[in-house]
Amino acid sequence: MTEAVAPATRAARPSAALRAARFWTSLPLSGRVGLALVVFWVAAAIFGPFLAPHEVGAIVAPDVFEGSSAAHLLGSDYLGRDVLSRVLSGARYTVGLALAAAVLASTIGTALALTAAVSGRWVDEALSRLMDAMISIPSKVLALVMVAAFGSSIPLLLLIAAATYVPGAYRIGRSLAVNLNEMDYVQAARARGEGRFYLARVEVLPNMINPMLADFGLRFVFVVLLLSGLSFLGLGVQPPNADLGSLVRENTSGLGDGALAVLMPALAIATLTIGVNLLIDALPLRARRVQGEP
Amino acid sequence: MVDQVRVTGLKVTAPGADGRPVTIVHDVSFSIPKGEVLALIGESGSGKTTIALALMGYARGGGRIAEGSIEVAGTDVLALDAAQLSAYRGATVAYVAQSAAASFNPSRTIMDQVTEPATIHGLLSRAQAEAKAVELFRALALPDPETIGRRYPHQVSGGQLQRLMAAMALITDPALVILDEPTTALDVTTQIEALRVFKKVVAERGATAVYVSHDLAVVAQMADRIVVLRHGEVRETGLTDQVLHAPQDDYTQTLMAAARPQVRTAAPEAATAPAPLLEVRGVTAGYGRVPVLQDVSLSIARGAAVGVIGESGSGKSTLARVVAGLLPPSAGTVMLDGVALPPALARRSREQLRRVQIVFQNADTALNPAHSVARILGRPLELYHGLKGDARERRVAELLDLIRLPAALANRRAGELSGGQKQRINLARALAAEPDLILCDEVTSALDTVVAAAVLDLMAELRRELGVSFMFISHDISTVRAICDEIVVLYAGRKVQAGGREAFSAPPFHPYTDLLIGSVPEMRRGWLEETAVREARTAAPAIAPDLCGFLDRCPARIEGLCDRLPPPRVRLAQGSEVLCHRGESGLSTHPSNGPRTSGPSSAPSI
Repeated sequence: MTEAVAPATRAARPSAALRAARFWTSLPLSGRVGLALVVFWVAAAIFGPFLAPHEVGAIVAPDVFEGSSAAHLLGSDYLGRDVLSRVLSGARYTVGLALAAAVLASTIGTALALTAAVSGRWVDEALSRLMDAMISIPSKVLALVMVAAFGSSIPLLLLIAAATYVPGAYRIGRSLAVNLNEMDYVQAARARGEGRFYLARVEVLPNMINPMLADFGLRFVFVVLLLSGLSFLGLGVQPPNADLGSLVRENTSGLGDGALAVLMPALAIATLTIGVNLLIDALPLRARRVQGEP
Repeated sequence: MVDQVRVTGLKVTAPGADGRPVTIVHDVSFSIPKGEVLALIGESGSGKTTIALALMGYARGGGRIAEGSIEVAGTDVLALDAAQLSAYRGATVAYVAQSAAASFNPSRTIMDQVTEPATIHGLLSRAQAEAKAVELFRALALPDPETIGRRYPHQVSGGQLQRLMAAMALITDPALVILDEPTTALDVTTQIEALRVFKKVVAERGATAVYVSHDLAVVAQMADRIVVLRHGEVRETGLTDQVLHAPQDDYTQTLMAAARPQVRTAAPEAATAPAPLLEVRGVTAGYGRVPVLQDVSLSIARGAAVGVIGESGSGKSTLARVVAGLLPPSAGTVMLDGVALPPALARRSREQLRRVQIVFQNADTALNPAHSVARILGRPLELYHGLKGDARERRVAELLDLIRLPAALANRRAGELSGGQKQRINLARALAAEPDLILCDEVTSALDTVVAAAVLDLMAELRRELGVSFMFISHDISTVRAICDEIVVLYAGRKVQAGGREAFSAPPFHPYTDLLIGSVPEMRRGWLEETAVREARTAAPAIAPDLCGFLDRCPARIEGLCDRLPPPRVRLAQGSEVLCHRGESGLSTHPSNGPRTSGPSSAPSI
């Protein structure tokens, strides 16, 4: 059943490059700015460590909180390390962790939402109340307790961030899926004798994927902010490694001088989150425009 | 006579797929003398609403009135600026939309909204406007004219809301009233009342009106002149009688032909199997505790078409859902070839599911917008017949050919098809299963007359060639009479009459069937006047669950009997079966054709 469905999906779609070009031209200006920022940061996360001029942990500058120079484009930090190298490496932690956590949260949330929508009332009730319970736990406090109990580590941070945002994704996904589940085409498939799994995957999911992607972008931003917040408190990624949040924190003493070492990571967090937001906001506009065309 | 409205060389453009403007109304000219009603008639996409909106100086979503001139009561509409336009709209020209339910604000009282046009434009004080509104409510035959204004939109019926919207439009005594399909969403029995009061009010006030509709029979009652539109062009303009009886244009002739229901029956099968294909026995079903269907039985022979008619809320769609297994009944059984089907879907075998297919009313929502046509049609082939790859593709092409659509359509997505194409795909999906019975739920009501006629022809042909049985659910008795061998009339969840087609061509009828048949507009002028006012609806007597559901509206009810005892099921001589206290003689003597006065028991009761 799977193999028969997959080729039809693939055949109906034009090539990736063409689709990318079409996607770009269909975006409004704000969306293109957002997309450019997102691509920039994702590229920085992937290729950053190869481009970094210096060792991340090495003390290379003669002075702390140096300004911009040819040797150190973004100056040096509170220990005299190269800020550019550290921001590039921090971007990898922040983007990578946030991406992984957001993918996890959205996938689990959507899967549970679909399960709730196509299963009976009891499954729906149980899942929904469980999610309500999870929502009622303050996420930052939960994170603090978990880190205090188990000590900070990358898998733990990933788990905390994902668990925090599953209920939100579930709520949105369920409301979409429950509405779609009442559509005539789902009823028709049900009357045809299709199983629950087929209904969820083939009839409901394709029609909720766009709003869920937008929601995914939003979750990504939330996770970036949560992780940066944790790191700022010293509970996130541990030294000598650092994500963007820890970079802000370790260089706060340079704030009074307006040192690049503290401004740059802050700017990085800002541009990353604003970029993702601009891109998400542009998606419904684009959808409307594409649908408007006959 | 002075022309109240003069439109010359109107051209309206809208942005096309590539963003460049496409002309959607081409060089349209007409004029309306004061006090006359002009009808704009055409199929969807013919530009009739676009022209009606242009009269208000408005073009929809990115559209533009590119050329021409519009003059209403001496005002050059296209020369008005934004402020002048707001003063013009509502005061000089008023608009009655198709869906009154969507046009009223549910959180404000009716009086607030009806008086708003007059007070906004500073034409009347609030007190004067309210007095005038009450006067209009009375003229529009609304119940409790003094107090109905205090209610909220959800507290009145759909037909009443449509009339209230007319009151809202007329409160400023506009020079021109635009009625855009005002009765399309109403049941026939409600439509006739709305038409009657619209006509009376328009005549009494000497209002000039534009009546937009796709329904020739309705237009015949309302209009003095008709403009026939197609693809944004005028095909024919003329007086109503001339257009109806001596149409010049070939398109108008096609339209007229399609509007007259033709009998499309399959040649009766020589050897019909003795056992019926489908038998529904005493089914009671509902949502929550409220029963929507009560004790309904019917049977469908192999290759037969059975029509189920009734107004909205009569339970006809629920019946289809019960048969399809989407809604397990609380009592009764559904038998297929003499074998009881399990009530719930999950318990039915794949073979049982294959043999009964349901076609939903609205093809827009019945096809998954994310799927291609090939996938929509291919899925039942794969599920029921195990077809894969090339075999499946070939069969999809055959199905497309069967419903007369090009094979190239297979790669399109459902959202890229026209309404008629979608409905055919919807039907083809059911055919793909090679079923014995197809349940058609209002399959033609969302379609234009010409397209609907083509779909009905197709169904008749499929019946003839494939021997498929149909259960055809509709609110339109003339369509059902044309294509079905047997007819079942539902009212308030009960079967009130059932019988062969012949039984529905002449009385005696059940009083509700009688009302239903008498409410279908005929395509000639004067029909509305000849059809006398039926009983003014009396306050509903307290209806016990067992009593006749039609009691409160019945012109033939017998006091002391109908409101005390549940009605018996009586078999009439011409072969039909009715649920009524009045037997053969009682229903025959009850006047059914020709002019009629109020029914015998319409005197105020209780």
